[in-house]
Amino acid sequence: MSKGLNARQAVAALTVAGLVLLPLYSHLTGNIFVLTLFTRIVILAMAAASLNLIMGYGGMMSFGHAAYLGIGGYAVGILAQEGVGSGFIQWPVALAASALYAVVIGALSLRTRGVYFIMITLAFAQMAYYVASGLARYGGDDGLTIYKRSDFSGLVDLSNRVQFYYLCLACLLGAVFLIWRIINSRFGLVVQGLRSNEQRMQAIGFPAKRYRLVCFVISGTLCGLAGALLANNTDFVSPAMMYWTRSGDLMVMVILGGMGTLFGPVAGAVAFLVLEEVLSQVTEYWALIMGPLLLLIVLFGRGGIMGTLGRLDRG
Amino acid sequence: MAEPLLRVEKLVRRFGGIIATDHVSLDVAQGELHAIIGPNGAGKTTLIAQLTGHLTPNSGSIWLGGRDISGLPAYRRSALGLARSFQITSLLTDFTAADNVALAAQAHDGHSFRFFADARKERGLREAAHAALERVGLTHRADVLVSRLSHGEQRELELAVALATRPKLLLLDEPMAGLGATESGRMVRLLQELRREVSIVLVEHDMEAVFALADRISVMVYGRVIASGLPSEIRRNEEVKRAYLGEQHVVVRHG
Repeated sequence: MSKGLNARQAVAALTVAGLVLLPLYSHLTGNIFVLTLFTRIVILAMAAASLNLIMGYGGMMSFGHAAYLGIGGYAVGILAQEGVGSGFIQWPVALAASALYAVVIGALSLRTRGVYFIMITLAFAQMAYYVASGLARYGGDDGLTIYKRSDFSGLVDLSNRVQFYYLCLACLLGAVFLIWRIINSRFGLVVQGLRSNEQRMQAIGFPAKRYRLVCFVISGTLCGLAGALLANNTDFVSPAMMYWTRSGDLMVMVILGGMGTLFGPVAGAVAFLVLEEVLSQVTEYWALIMGPLLLLIVLFGRGGIMGTLGRLDRG
Repeated sequence: MAEPLLRVEKLVRRFGGIIATDHVSLDVAQGELHAIIGPNGAGKTTLIAQLTGHLTPNSGSIWLGGRDISGLPAYRRSALGLARSFQITSLLTDFTAADNVALAAQAHDGHSFRFFADARKERGLREAAHAALERVGLTHRADVLVSRLSHGEQRELELAVALATRPKLLLLDEPMAGLGATESGRMVRLLQELRREVSIVLVEHDMEAVFALADRISVMVYGRVIASGLPSEIRRNEEVKRAYLGEQHVVVRHG
């Protein structure tokens, strides 16, 4: 610390500074699109950060994390549809619904390991997807339009682009701060110890399943909040929010940024979504370029962006 | 006679058609260092794994301090005072030595559902870790990643981790495995000191160490305990000589 910033911290600090100053840039240049894009990026970065808590630190490869985006989103959408517009009700319900889903799914899937865990979390997320498709009252396959954003009684106006952006950014930074505290706490060390060597942890006296489950629920709840934000951002929820490719995108963001690094998922989300945006403007076959590009990064930049920067620091 | 600290009754564990432990019965008294010897594949590690709860026996029972622990999971047994070292070093390799030991202390200091305070700054845990590391002579390596420690240091750290749980009974599965002569000597001296504080079950191939340390010795062959007694009795036992010791002339001669 006395040696000044290392490369990782520098990139993290620059990214945060960039994100904080972005509305100013948007205002000065009149570029509204960039603000819209980055609102989405910030929200998905939060989802990726929550996934990183279980995937990177906990060693639990969940392939169904987008389900929480959907559950958080649908909680907001359904309540809005039923005439409950207050964010003070919508958001707690979104968090509670995500937490409840995480408890049930976690209790069932944490009995398995490795590829089975991946498959079972994927299966549950797909179930959630089909349940949402079947909600005829709430748009079914076509999704549900939200005519009024969550109302926080004048505390913050979600229809104001800049205010909404800063709300999302505050949620993201709050989530990253929370995760930072968690991974260095007693609880966090236990979870990381379980990733490293479960047998050893059991032998010194830790009941593995309990700690894993609580971690799983924290992660899901955080992602549910991202879902509530996402619904407000698009004014729309649809089953596609929780389709398995979305879960895959979140995993790619985490791996691209650097699994098990605090700031990796944020860097990964920015890189992934900006790249997607830029390439899709160049060609409609952008996925053909994006795929191999990601492959190269994963193959040659082990540990993702943050891993590569970490190696730079060590020289 | 007082209730033994550990009582094992007719423990049976099969793997397919093989009986790895065949009606093994064993008593370990409070304060005793009980060694278990036997050729490779005799079922010693399988026995230890059943004692710690990593393997479930097919039948038989295990009692610790008069309490039946046969059905308890590993973490509950640890809470009751059972600690082990692994035959093949099993540590948190991406953590520092101090973290490994501090986690062991943490496991026995209430629950760990504390989410906010920095655990590495908790003085109680760090002091406990420091004390255990000092015990095994690893203080100077406290902040080194386990993956960077030498094999001998990792064996000592295994012991420190077990000690940090403040056990009543220490199960040591071949603590000298893979150690050089000097390191072995250090480990023997360390165990000499530890045995004054804690009861120990020692599985070991190093006969010199076993006969130097053990109060009593049980000999396992093909999953069965063929003899159990004082070192002098074991040395004289004809069946043991035939089955096992006979192959190791050095020990017999030194005896």
